[in-house]
Amino acid sequence: MGLEGMEVMGIAVVICLFVVVLKQFGIWEPLSLDESCDMELELSMVRHQPEGLEQLQAQTAFTKKELQSLYRGFKNECPSGLVDEETFKMIYSQFFPQGDATTYAHFLFNAFDMDRNGSIRFEDFVIGLSVLLRGSVTEKLRWAFNLYDINKDGYVTKEEMLAIMTSIYDMMGRYTCPSVRDDAPVDHVERFFQKMDRNRDGVVTIDEFIETCQKDESIMASMQLFENVI
Amino acid sequence: MAAGVATWLPFARAAAVGWLPLARKTMPRPPVDKSSRSDEILFVNVSGQRFQTWKNTLDRYPDTLLGSSEKEFFFNEDTQEYFFDRDPEMFRHILNFYRTGKLHYPRHECVQAFDEELAFYGIVPEIIGDCCMEEYRDRKKENQERLAEDTEAGEATDTPLPDSATSRERLWRAFENPHTSTMALVFYYVTGFFIAVSVIANVVETVPCRPLKGTVKDLPCGEKFSLAFFCMDTACVLIFTFEYLMRLFAAPCRCKFARSVMSVIDVVAIMPYYIGLVMPENEDVSGAFVTLRVFRVFRIFKFSRHSQGLRILGYTLKSCASELGFLLFSLTMAIIIFATVMFYAEKGTKGSSFTSIPASFWYTIVTMTTLGYGDMVPNTIAGKIFGSICSLSGVLVIALPVPVIVSNFSRIYHQNQRADKMRAQQKVRMARIRMAKKGTANAFLQFKEDGGLGDPDSNSSALCLKNRSAFENQHHHLLHCLEKTTNHEFTDEMAYSEMCLTESVGYRTSRSTSLSSQQGALNNGCCPRRARRRAAMRLANSTVSVSRGSVQELDTLPVKSTNLPQQTRSSLNARAVDIKLNCSDRDFTAAIISIPTPPSNTPDESPPSSPAIPGIPGILRNTRATAYLQDAVKISSL
Repeated sequence: MGLEGMEVMGIAVVICLFVVVLKQFGIWEPLSLDESCDMELELSMVRHQPEGLEQLQAQTAFTKKELQSLYRGFKNECPSGLVDEETFKMIYSQFFPQGDATTYAHFLFNAFDMDRNGSIRFEDFVIGLSVLLRGSVTEKLRWAFNLYDINKDGYVTKEEMLAIMTSIYDMMGRYTCPSVRDDAPVDHVERFFQKMDRNRDGVVTIDEFIETCQKDESIMASMQLFENVI
Repeated sequence: MAAGVATWLPFARAAAVGWLPLARKTMPRPPVDKSSRSDEILFVNVSGQRFQTWKNTLDRYPDTLLGSSEKEFFFNEDTQEYFFDRDPEMFRHILNFYRTGKLHYPRHECVQAFDEELAFYGIVPEIIGDCCMEEYRDRKKENQERLAEDTEAGEATDTPLPDSATSRERLWRAFENPHTSTMALVFYYVTGFFIAVSVIANVVETVPCRPLKGTVKDLPCGEKFSLAFFCMDTACVLIFTFEYLMRLFAAPCRCKFARSVMSVIDVVAIMPYYIGLVMPENEDVSGAFVTLRVFRVFRIFKFSRHSQGLRILGYTLKSCASELGFLLFSLTMAIIIFATVMFYAEKGTKGSSFTSIPASFWYTIVTMTTLGYGDMVPNTIAGKIFGSICSLSGVLVIALPVPVIVSNFSRIYHQNQRADKMRAQQKVRMARIRMAKKGTANAFLQFKEDGGLGDPDSNSSALCLKNRSAFENQHHHLLHCLEKTTNHEFTDEMAYSEMCLTESVGYRTSRSTSLSSQQGALNNGCCPRRARRRAAMRLANSTVSVSRGSVQELDTLPVKSTNLPQQTRSSLNARAVDIKLNCSDRDFTAAIISIPTPPSNTPDESPPSSPAIPGIPGILRNTRATAYLQDAVKISSL
């Protein structure tokens, strides 16, 4: 019996080798449908051209030279003209090496990406910067509110605020002095809501926010801080 | 931080507005940036090729030359551009680094030149992008290895030993580098000859010779001429033992030597003989003794001291250890697999030679290496199928590691060739460089001869000085100042060695003038070492009398300076040994900045009251003074 068994095995091996050789010569192609999918990906690399210089000048508060300078820097970093979320997170994380800035970067990305298409174009970039640097205090506050309002429904709930706060504390990292306690974000959110939430309904609306901030001296003073960043 | 980060920093700062309503404490004041905010185009002129770039581009890397205020040192007010007197080709890459954030290494450039440019511009080579980093590292390592090899080759073996070497060091040097002395070379060839003789004797003694008278059976020659072979063996072993003991004695570190491969081979080669001597003529032990004689074949490995090719082969095998290991491992795996399969395939057949799996090993090995002796052959169909698969896979498995081994061997071999070529070329290069340096040294002396030291207004000197560059003039003035400071004068190698020679010649007993001429022949430096030693030894015992012969020598030397005052000569008589020592201290050969080091002794004119050292400058000064007074330092070639 053993003889026959070995014979069978031998013949099986020969057949396998035969099949391998056939495949090698391309005569027998079993199920090779996956290969065609890769081709299309190559073509979809988009290149985005921004709007004209004059239009951007009209939309933002930057001078022509500033816009040119900004665009040169932007184009250098992102030759395709678009910044996707991963790249954005990576860039932002480089400024905060001790902590984890990815969550906050995610929120920031959403704040800048106004048309929610998953990538920041130069217009978004420049319009956002214009508001932050050259805008009025109200505009800045509005922008900040937009940042805190994760689902963009016009209300900042405690959960949203907690998420934002946690992400900010995450950026600090582990090695702080005094070290960050686990309930520090919660504490901070409580204090924020106590200050901002006038009607104690558990949410902060844009008007409450702007009103409260305008009454706060230190906040108003600090709003001028980043005027001359560019 | 990368370039991109610098560009995005304003953005990140602007986004910090989002923290302001949440802040618990007041925010700090922002830093005031006094520099002009507007971006401008800078012009950078590198050896005539003008580059233009935005100021912001350069500011991206503030810790480099171009990014910091260091570039202001190169700012040319007249042309309002930054001028660098460097290679414009390389600068292109440097500027691209600022623009794109990635530093690329140009493959056709010399890696050292590139490194120098990077160092100048303050860029760390680690920033080179991944695409070019491997190439850069490889080239750099190659370069470093080559330099290390060259310095090793240069300084290691062929430099002459310092005189203070003991006989032990000399012996070791003689063993390691046979071509340094004739004795060593002779010994080298003798040992080589005896190795060959020993190996041939080992081989020949097993050849069947014609049988002795009266017997029918063929006798191996070893037994027929046993005495002759024994004597030859003894002689060889004696030589080898002597050599081994000499090496052991001379080795700088005996433990290390005893552990080295060559010494182990030596020991193994000579041990069987001694064991054979010691062992009694016992029946059961002599069987082992016969086995020991096998080790005599290791004598052939002693040839590796004589042959570089063998050594290279050895290095190759050592360096390919991993490939060889892989080969061995995969072969073993395949052998076991196929042996098992063949055994079970052939199990049923009657009278099959595949009696067990280990027995099948032999078949598998023979088949995989495509030897195919045919002593074991499969009979069943399955056996034949698996047998053919076995032979096919054998070819593959063996062919795989071989190219790696071959390339390793090629690399080592070429390295060795290069090292030899380097060594040969090095000598020529050094000689040429020395000649060039001597040329500059002579320039100063020529300058002095031409009366450059004299009155600058006089007509004669003006003619000679006409062709000197400003640099040369200033350099010569500097040397002249040094001369005046120390109150000694520069001279050149040959004149100085002449002076040494005249003193040494003068103090040797005049056994024969031929000796002094031989002296001259060996003079390849200041004072020849051996002559010095011989002279010193003789002087210690003998009285100094300048015979007619040596005076004759002196007179024939056209150095007019050798009319030494008698008084000094006799005073030097007593301190002859010191003179020699002092003479040798100065090194007049290959002065680097073309200044032969003047005697560093005090230039006092007082008569030698203290031990020999001040006495010598007195002599030299006198000789030199006389030499220059007579205005003719004819260099004689001894």
